[in-house]
Amino acid sequence: MSLDLAIFVISALVAVFGATMMIFQRNPVASVLYLILSLVGQAVLYVQLGAAFVGAVLIIVYSGAILVLFLFVIMMLNLRSSADLGEPSPPVSRFVKYFVSCLIFLELSFIIRESLGAGSTTSAGIVTMADDSFGSVESVATLLFTRYLYPFELTSVLLLSAIVGAVIIARRATEDELPPQPEKAVGPISQKTNEGQE
Amino acid sequence: MVPISAYLIVGVALFAIGTVGVLISRNLIVLLMSVELMLNSANLCLIAFSRSQNIMDGHAFVFLVLTIAAAEAAVGLAMVITLYRNRETINIDRFNLLKW
Repeated sequence: MSLDLAIFVISALVAVFGATMMIFQRNPVASVLYLILSLVGQAVLYVQLGAAFVGAVLIIVYSGAILVLFLFVIMMLNLRSSADLGEPSPPVSRFVKYFVSCLIFLELSFIIRESLGAGSTTSAGIVTMADDSFGSVESVATLLFTRYLYPFELTSVLLLSAIVGAVIIARRATEDELPPQPEKAVGPISQKTNEGQE
Repeated sequence: MVPISAYLIVGVALFAIGTVGVLISRNLIVLLMSVELMLNSANLCLIAFSRSQNIMDGHAFVFLVLTIAAAEAAVGLAMVITLYRNRETINIDRFNLLKW
């Protein structure tokens, strides 16, 4: 009982600490690593909430795939100087931004407190689960392939379009550049397009 | 047991931190990561509500949100690469052509 609380407090602190450190790091690689730390804390919270499979997927897909993609891009861009990364904004505008975020936090926690406080006797505490199937791979898969079959299938279309879009966007425009060059030596026009592309 | 509102408060706190990150970071990659953090905080709230109501639909939604986050990261990072190739920087203060 108190072990539950201790696990919750520790993992929540880890999640919030990692997120806070992430946004204040100057070095993007350190930022990614702190985000991974935050995700580990969140995954522990997921497991505590009975969503063991989703927590595992969070670690595998997020830390294993998406954040490695971030690291790969950072490595490829080879960012070093502060001119690449940008200077912090002036203190006055930063204060306004902190203030706005604090307002969002207070507003959302107020909503949570009010809405959960109304039915506090029934829904404020976690329902103790009797069945073991809650959050298991089998029950998640059953849900995804029965009730949410169409959204799940549409997800594959979304991923396909994202793949094609990413390839098209990140592609070097060499094939668009090349045709004007061998065509004829018009001179200024083709050179200008080359400079524009690079 | 830990009350459900504690998990929701953690989710809201992570969302607020993500908002701070989106607002103050001048680095496009950190900005994208802050957006990922905000999506994850929504996931945490979905899982918490799913547990408190004893309905598993939240888990399915978390899967869909994870997929969207992956797609967003892929397209966003492709755009970062293209921007860096064209402008030699990822400082978002430099991308102000459409700024009023």
